[in-house]
Amino acid sequence: MSHPSTYEPNSGFEKWLDARLPVVRVMNDQFITFPTPRNLNYWWTFGGILTFMLISQIATGVVLAMHYVPAADRAFDSVEHIMRDVNWGWLLRYTHAVGASMFFLAAYIHTFRGLYYGSYKAPREILWILGVLILLLMIATAFMGYSLVWGQMSFWAVTVITNLFSSLDAVVPGIGTRLVQWIWGGFAVGGPTLTRLYSLHYLFPFLIAGVVVLHIWALHVPGNNNPTGIDVKGPRETLPFHPYYTMKDGFALVLFALLFASFVFYAPNTLGHTDNYIPANPLATPQHIVPEWYFLPFYAILRAIPSKLFGVAGLIGSIVVLFFVPWLDTSRVRSTRYRPIYKWFFWAFVVTCFVLGYLGSQPPEGVYLILGRIFTAYYFLFFLLVMPVVGWIEKPRGLPGSITEAVLGPEAKPQAAPRQREPEAAL
Amino acid sequence: MIAAPFGLALAASFALVLLSGAAAAEEPHAAPKIEAQSWSFNGPFGAYDTAQLQRGYGVYKQVCANCHSMRLLSYRNLGEKGGPQFSPEAVKALSEEIQVTDGPNDKGEMYQRPGRPSDRFRSPYANDEAARAANRGALPPDLSVMAKARPGGPDYIYALLTGYKDAPHGFELAQGMQYNVAFPGHQIAMPPPLIDGVVTYADGTKPTVDNYARDVSAFLMWAAEPKLEERHMLGARVIVFLFVLAVVMFLAKRVVWSNLHAKHDAKPRLDSPIT
Repeated sequence: MSHPSTYEPNSGFEKWLDARLPVVRVMNDQFITFPTPRNLNYWWTFGGILTFMLISQIATGVVLAMHYVPAADRAFDSVEHIMRDVNWGWLLRYTHAVGASMFFLAAYIHTFRGLYYGSYKAPREILWILGVLILLLMIATAFMGYSLVWGQMSFWAVTVITNLFSSLDAVVPGIGTRLVQWIWGGFAVGGPTLTRLYSLHYLFPFLIAGVVVLHIWALHVPGNNNPTGIDVKGPRETLPFHPYYTMKDGFALVLFALLFASFVFYAPNTLGHTDNYIPANPLATPQHIVPEWYFLPFYAILRAIPSKLFGVAGLIGSIVVLFFVPWLDTSRVRSTRYRPIYKWFFWAFVVTCFVLGYLGSQPPEGVYLILGRIFTAYYFLFFLLVMPVVGWIEKPRGLPGSITEAVLGPEAKPQAAPRQREPEAAL
Repeated sequence: MIAAPFGLALAASFALVLLSGAAAAEEPHAAPKIEAQSWSFNGPFGAYDTAQLQRGYGVYKQVCANCHSMRLLSYRNLGEKGGPQFSPEAVKALSEEIQVTDGPNDKGEMYQRPGRPSDRFRSPYANDEAARAANRGALPPDLSVMAKARPGGPDYIYALLTGYKDAPHGFELAQGMQYNVAFPGHQIAMPPPLIDGVVTYADGTKPTVDNYARDVSAFLMWAAEPKLEERHMLGARVIVFLFVLAVVMFLAKRVVWSNLHAKHDAKPRLDSPIT
């Protein structure tokens, strides 16, 4: 939240700099003394974890790009060259590949957290929309990065996904096909496709970094939401970001790094598909084309809808609907904690995402297809029906009067609440 | 409660998902179940058995290499740490067994020279078309990363090499195909490659198909994942470091936050977990 600056330049140089480019002041006010609600739980640590993951992906990716060759006949071998002959190449590549999975794991937890605690509601709509935009850019970036390996699954995933644009032929005959050929740079997925995927895979992470800056900016205007969803009522209910949340986020980050490292060092290929160790072959289609785990729910939605055009619309809609969440939810209360009916629908939605993920990994036939349709229907109904209607008919549980009261119990009236000297002094 | 019938429906669908998974496993065209073997490189501290890799290379060289290339490997890899670790002399001798086309020389002509450790493994065929022509249309795949390119990895390769059986009654076997319990679809173009005694072992290991299959599977695992030992060793250090750092961070966090709690009479946790 906007708060008076506490930065006082000490040395002559700091004063000189502060009058010209107050970076030190901004860093101090936004990342040291920034007033943060004191009741944030560990679900709030994923923002810091995601920042770390973005930096890790860019750092490993930049070095990998020094050794990778984006040519159709050399890409696969250059990846193996990195694994075998480049110093620490195996570590860079596994960190980058597993890192993509970890990035999505953290992003999904972060998104579900925002959804549960109503962090998208006023005044944080722009913050949420920027977050969805980041998710969209991440999906594009991860897809393009996966294609660069140029194994069988890379190649056929590119073929399937780029071919989705040909569904536009159903709208204006010929336009879809022309669009797909323009994307391919030819009449089939090939060398020109690979080089443009490579170029964009290098560009997009920096777009993400740019939107992340805006996302943090939009966070720092209204300040953090918190598990109660109640607005902060005064300086007593906040703590300076440092050292309280730097330490808490830091601890969570190390735990996350432990999970990350376990995969990198002991199960680097578990999250990938074995077919991607077969060099791309345009003449042999894999028996089942499946995306990486983090795309499986969307893949299930795509295949659940019988028409190709509407399947693509469903795929795109499953992300785009998130942009409208701030206005679809009609509840007056932010946190699901105080929403006795919505709570059930929320957890059913979480289960739905997991089930769709499982269904996306199975062939689209028989009972899998039927279930895919049921759960796809719920995915959309949750946003388009449950959110507006339940918010309207539900009577929320009584909200606590303040964050302090929510944490310490009703007997702790604001005036009886203990005084915090250090944080206020820091403010 | 509005949600109760809905939750019930959801639970029922979920049960259906689990059941359908079980049903899928029984489908006839599903991939055969591959039994997990005990390998020296399994587990977080697993490492390759150097003698096994050397024997496995022998099996590859004398049997597999007649049809299968390993184009990503060089002879020098055979002497590297974490691999078969042949002596430099042995690596040099192995590489010199092949003739390599090099050039052009200063007259613009290509010439033949003995192999060097930096040369790639010799491929049995000049190109894929030649390989198909020599194998009735079937292409023997490159084995460089085979142990990572099939579900089950080395377990699958072992199961495949020991999986040649007589076709069950009523199984339609196409012309020139073999029945194999581990191969998806059970029809494989590769004839049984291993016979007891076909490769001589110098270290006294019994020359059986089972040992050949085991050794060459381990060798192919190394070929696909040559930095596995380095990875396991570095991993142990990283995990220990992160674990200690986690404890330090946990304590630091507690000390920092306890400043707040100390001011209270009661001891409520302000960072209460999600409810």
